[in-house]
This record gives sequence, C-alpha cells and structure tokens, in this order.
Amino acid sequence: MSGPILQVRNLRASIAGQQVVEDVSFDVPATGITAVLGRNGAGKTSTLRGILGLISRRGEVLLDGERIDALSTHRIVQRGVGYVPEDREVFAGLTVAENLALAERQREPRRDFVAQLFPDLVARREQRAGTLSGGQQQMVSVARALLNDNRLLLVDEPTKGLAPKIVTEVADALAEAATTVPMLLVEQNLEVVRSLADQAIVIADGRVVHTGTASEILDDANLTRRLLGVSAEEHA
Amino acid sequence: MRTIRSLLPLIVGAVIVVVLAVLPLLNLSIPGILPGATYTPGSLALMSLCMVFAALALSYNLMLGTAGMLSFGHALYFGAGAYGLGIVLQAAQLPLVPAVFAALLGGVVIAVVTGAVAMRVGGIPFAMVTLAFAQAGSVLVRRNQAVTGGEEGLSLNTAGVPDWLVGVINTRNLYWVSLAVVVIVYLIVLWVDRSRLGHLAAAARENDLRVRVLGLQPNRAKLIVFVIAALCASLAGIVYLLLQSGAQPSAVGADLTITVLVMVVLGGVGFRWGAIVGGVVYTILDQRLTVLARSDAIHQLPDILRVPLSEPLFILGVLFILVVMFLPGGIAGTVDGWLRRRRGRAAPDTGITALEQNDTAGVVAR
Amino acid sequence: MSTLVLTLIIGLGLGALYFLVASGLSLIYGLMHVLNFAHGAFLTLSAFVGWAVAQAIGVSTWGGFLLSVLAGALVGAVFAALTELILIRPLYERHIEQVLVTVGLSFAAIALFEGVWGTDPITVTGPAWLGQTTSVLGASIPNKYWVLIVAAGIVLAGLVLFLKKTRYGMIIRAGVENRAMVTALGIDVRRSFTLVFAIGGAAAGIGGVLAMHAMTYVSAHLGSTLLIFAFIVTVVGGLGSLTGAAVASVLVAVLQQVANTYLGGTGDFIVVILLAVVLLVRPAGLMGKRA
Repeated sequence: MSGPILQVRNLRASIAGQQVVEDVSFDVPATGITAVLGRNGAGKTSTLRGILGLISRRGEVLLDGERIDALSTHRIVQRGVGYVPEDREVFAGLTVAENLALAERQREPRRDFVAQLFPDLVARREQRAGTLSGGQQQMVSVARALLNDNRLLLVDEPTKGLAPKIVTEVADALAEAATTVPMLLVEQNLEVVRSLADQAIVIADGRVVHTGTASEILDDANLTRRLLGVSAEEHA
Repeated sequence: MRTIRSLLPLIVGAVIVVVLAVLPLLNLSIPGILPGATYTPGSLALMSLCMVFAALALSYNLMLGTAGMLSFGHALYFGAGAYGLGIVLQAAQLPLVPAVFAALLGGVVIAVVTGAVAMRVGGIPFAMVTLAFAQAGSVLVRRNQAVTGGEEGLSLNTAGVPDWLVGVINTRNLYWVSLAVVVIVYLIVLWVDRSRLGHLAAAARENDLRVRVLGLQPNRAKLIVFVIAALCASLAGIVYLLLQSGAQPSAVGADLTITVLVMVVLGGVGFRWGAIVGGVVYTILDQRLTVLARSDAIHQLPDILRVPLSEPLFILGVLFILVVMFLPGGIAGTVDGWLRRRRGRAAPDTGITALEQNDTAGVVAR
Repeated sequence: MSTLVLTLIIGLGLGALYFLVASGLSLIYGLMHVLNFAHGAFLTLSAFVGWAVAQAIGVSTWGGFLLSVLAGALVGAVFAALTELILIRPLYERHIEQVLVTVGLSFAAIALFEGVWGTDPITVTGPAWLGQTTSVLGASIPNKYWVLIVAAGIVLAGLVLFLKKTRYGMIIRAGVENRAMVTALGIDVRRSFTLVFAIGGAAAGIGGVLAMHAMTYVSAHLGSTLLIFAFIVTVVGGLGSLTGAAVASVLVAVLQQVANTYLGGTGDFIVVILLAVVLLVRPAGLMGKRA
C-alpha cells in the first residue's frame, strides 16, 4: 500500500492578518474519502484553502511526498489537485461549456466520464452558469474537478444549501468519482459523511482534535455532540 | 529614566523649533542646499516653502497613514485655502484675519461635501473620485478668469494684508508664519493621532469589518479625519498664497496631489516626522535639481543622459518608483525598521504594507 | 436642430475617444485591481511616435495616417507590456504599491516627454479630409469624429470577439469575476495580466494618435486630461465592465457636449456632478458588480 497522498504538518493560515488555522496536522490516505468535520468557523474551509495556497499559510504540506507549501496555487493545482470550493464559485457570466473548458488541463480531458455523470449539464452546455440552479451549479463545480486526472480532490461542502434529492445525486457522483481518486471532503451533512467517508478528522478552533474512522466518530453520540455540537440523528 | 525617555521626543521637537526660529537671525551657510546664507530672503523663501509643503505633507499623511484613505484630490483643499483667501481679499476687502477664517471655512465646506460623496466608495475607486473632484476644481479655476485670474493665476491683493507680511524685506516674517503653521499642523495631527478619533480611524484602516461589528461608526470618524486633514491643507494653502504673493491653477489639480503623495511616500507613510522630512527633501531636491539641470556639467553630457537629467521631475519620478519598489517604508519606515531590529524587535507592518492588507479585503465598492 | 445634431455627434465622437482610453483601464482594473495611472503616458508616447511616423511617410497621405495609427497601437502595447513586466509583476498582490508605481511612472514619463519634445504643443495635421466637414441634417460635422467613431467601433468589436472567442479572452472574463478561482483551476493568471496591459495599451495608443488629430496638437500632457475623463468613465460605467465603459463613455461625452453647448461651457463640471450622482445612487457603477 502506498503512503498517504497528502501529508499536512503544522499548517498555520491567516486571512488579512487574522489567524484562522492555528496548527493542523493530518494525513490523507491514497484511496477513499477522508472527511473533515467541525462546527461552523472551526477552520475547515481555511484548511483546504491553506493547502491550496489561496490564503497566506506556513507549515509543511506534502503531495505524494513532494513539498507543495511554497508553490503558488496554480502550480499546486497543476500537480494534480482538484478543487470544489464552498459556494460553488462557478463563473456566472460564462456558459456551462466555457466553465468546463476553462478547467481542462490535459490534452484529453475526461469529457465522456463527466458527461455520463452529469447528463443534465450536457443538455445545458450553452446556458449561462449564472442562470443555473444551485444543484446544477454544484454539478458544474464537481465536474470541473473531474475533467482532469487528479491525484487528490479537495471538496468543500458540496451539499450545502441543496434539496435532499440533489444531495443524493451529488453524493452519488462523488462516490463514483472516489473510486478513481482520493478525496478530502469537508461536509456538515453527517448522513452524507456516513455514507461516503472512510476516515474522518475533526477540527475545532483551527486545530485537529480527533481522528479516526467516520463510523467510529458518528456512532459515538457523545463524541459527536461534543465535537460537532449536534447529534448524528438530528443532523441528517 | 522612563520619564526622560518619553519626554525626549518633546524636548527634541522643542529644540528643533527654537533652532529654526532663530535661523533667520544667523549667518549660516549650507552650500548646495541653500542658495545663500540663512538670513537672505532667497534662503528664507526656500525654507518657508519647505515648511508649507511639510505642513501639506503632514495633512496628507494624516489621511493616508492614519485613516488609510488614498486620496488623489488633496490639492483641492490646498488650492481652496490659497484661492479662497486671495478671492476674499480681492472681492470682500476684508482684513487678513477674518479673510483667513472665511477661506478656512470654505475649505471645510468643500471638504465635507466632496468627502461625503467620495466616501460612498472605498479603496481605489475612492482615489479616482477624489481625483475627479480635484480636476473639476482645477477646471473651475482655469475657466473663471474674472474671479480666479484663469491660467495666469491670482495675484495677492495686498490691501488687506498687514505691511509686515508684504515685500521681500519681510520674508523673515513670512518665514516665522510658515514655521508657526507647520508647528500648528503638527500639533493638530499629533492630537488626532493620539485621540479616540484617531484610534478609531486607525482601527478602521486595519480592519474595517471588525470595527463595524463592534457597533462603531468608522465612516464618521474617517470623514472627520478627512475634513481635519483638508483644513490643515487649506491652512498651508493660505500661507502659500502669502509667501508666493499669488496662486496658480497648478496649486489645485492632480499634479500637486501627486507631488504630495510622492513627498509622503518618500518620507514614510504613517510617520509624522517622515512626512516633514519628505516635504522638505522633495522641495529642496526639486529646487536643487532644477539648478543642476541648468548647470554646465549637465549640458556637456551626451543627449541620452542630458535630456532625462535636465528634468528634475523625471529624477524624482524614478526615485519614487525605486522607493516604492525597494523601500516601501520610505525614509522614516526604513530608519524605524532599522532601529527596531537593533533593539531586537521585529518590525511591524507599517505604512503602505499595512494598507495593503485592508485593501485586498475591501477592494470592491461598498 | 443642426446645433443639436452637431452636439450629439461630437459627443459620440468624443465618447469614442474616451472609450478607447477607458476600455483598457477598465479591463486592467477589473482583472488586476490596479489603477493604471501611467495609461495617459502610454497614450502620449503613442501619439508622439505616431506623429513621427506620419511625418516620415507624409502627413497628408492616408498611408501615413493609417501607419501612424498602427504605430501608435504597437507602441502603446509594448510600453504597457514592459510596464507590467518590470514594474507591476514584481509587486504582485500589492495593489496600492502598484498604483503608486504607475503614478511614479506617469510622473517620470511626462517629464521625459517634455525633455525630449519640449513643453510647447506641437501642431499636427493629417489627411485633408480630416480637416473638412460632412453635412448631416444641416449640421457640418468635422470628419475627424467619424474616424473616431469608426475606430472605437472596430476596437470594441475586436475586444468583444477576443473576449468571447479565445481561451485567453475566456480566462480574462472569468478572472474579472473571480481571480482566485481561476488560479484554483490551475491557470497562471499572471500571463493574462501582461496580455491585458498590452491590449489596454494598444487601445490607448490608437486613442492617442486619434486624439492628437482631433485636437490638432500633441504635447507631453495630452494623456493627462484624457486620463481623468477615462477614470470618470470607468467609475461611472462600473470597474471591469467593458460594456459599462462603452455606455458610460457615450453618456459622459454626450452630456459634456450638451452642457458645453447649451449650459455655457460647464461640460467638465457637469461630468463631475454626474460622477457624484452615480456614486450616491449606485456606487458600483452602472454595470459594475454589486458588492
């Protein structure tokens, strides 16, 4: 078995002078989905953005054994890191086709794979992304990350604000994608976490406070309530 | 020991002021910098000009360094003071003191109106709007020949001005007036910086959002600081009119504001003494470089060197670029950083670097 | 009636000139958040070089005129690209210092121009047709305004085609919306920065040569006044919006001309009032993004 695809050591990150990630260290295994759990404001999104260099950061980050913490964002992404940001961040003024074309990095992008996963997007190719529904935008955002042969996907709250039916669709798409590429998944919807994630880490106040398998954490009601502030059943 | 340390700046400041006050009575020569000995009108006029611009630079530093507002229209208030006094003296035939008050009032009114409108946006859009306002002022001045003397400029109507301020022999008195004004402006700026108002504006500069979340009103504080800075600029403009016996349209437009910006950045954004140093250094450099440009040494150079070197503004522009790129703290910032490192403390983000952090967060119009 | 027609068409022509200068400013600001103070210097240098080219070939020939426009575009593009590479790129993400550096460049450039070409305006002439007028609805329209309108139209069409049909254009459109996300897709936006500067410089260069002919003189300060109007247009139109810049250019220029003709020469003043009104009502500009 190969080593972890991502190793984070003492990551510190700040936004406009405000420290948002205090000291985070964890590994992401080379297969499967690792969930990042925590309350609002714990520093989950900032951790992902710190790994990508989108915010000012210090510490060590290794992708498959190579340091990426000193690289600029586009170089990190070019090394094979796909990103599905919180709040989707599709380009509203561009069409669906343009949004996807922008993301293509290799000569033969996996268009068929994406078309098969998201047939709705194929139909809406020429539609301006700003006019899509939340769920459709999420599809675009995920599709962007799947077009290339990535070594790791960073996915941030993909089901946020979506209707239950769409949540299932997105979760299914992610599960399908996870068969080919490991994923670091920030998610507040514990049902989705339970169905998708293998490992999980819990972040509070910018630090990692717990690691283990997802089922371990979610099955322990006390632990869940203490660390996440909710009970697993309530937050389905 | 600690009391002496904290009193040290005050003592140093007082000594400097006393020395400056006494200079016109002495026969000191600083060749290369002053055209003659310190009691000659030529040198006194140059030193007075330095002090006027130091005051203007101080007022600009209050706005940029303390409140974090990058304005490209500050010269408007300087010109308002100069032209305001000139027009009032001409039209209303008032004696000097009431005329000065009228001019200052005019400056404040203009500042409140333009400031309130400009502050609808922040960051770089704010800069552009202030630029437009200053340009409007410049156009207004150039077009209204009857009132402002148009392109030729306004000459000082000396009827209302006391005799001791008029004429070359009285340059000494004008020097002392300039000295008084720069001291007054310094004290005003110091007072604002140390007051709650100043702290609020500085906090808003660092992190506007946090200040609002605390329920405070940063915009009102910033507007007040803006108006105070404009008031100081108007005061400087008034002395400028008296010193130059006239005002020109160039005192109102964007060119002068950019000149002040250069002074403040050169001196070091956020440092009061930096603003003074910047104002003085720039004025002297401009003067000396102009003299140098006419010298034989330059005329003998091959064209490719001669042409740029005979334009003082070119040299100053390049110097400015170099300072921004390599010494963003300016003179004061660099010295301050060096002193701090000697004492073993890390140099905090000062000046422009401190402004950057807030700017990237708040670049979009509100 | 004929005065109105004259006023409107001159307004349109002037608007075309403002657009040529403002389009680059708007794109540069939209993508890079840099207020390019040196834009006026690009314009001025292009005008001087364009004039030299026209003189070399023949000032009253169309060949000379066209080549001078092309030369202007080229000079503008190169000057702008060099500025971006040498001065702007090293200050990546430090927007205020980038603005300051363009201020310094503008300062130094204008002084240099004065040194090389002197402080007095140099009279400029072009092909005879430019100095003549065409009659439209009873008004005698100076022909130079037609040239301006056509040129701006071509540049606008070219820019729109570029933005819509090329990959770089797509990157720029996306980057104006959300620059961070573009980098998060693995794209090096910095290359687009140089490109945007070059395009803006080219447009400004064309504007400079045409402005020179419109005003029949060239001087070191040619760019400065135009730059301020370009700033106003960019703010009114909405920073980063090309369509906004186009609409605002026409609006500002027509308003200015109307005020000059019917309200006793207060055009410049009215423009600033317009700016104030727009800011009070819609701070993001007519077509700018709301915060």
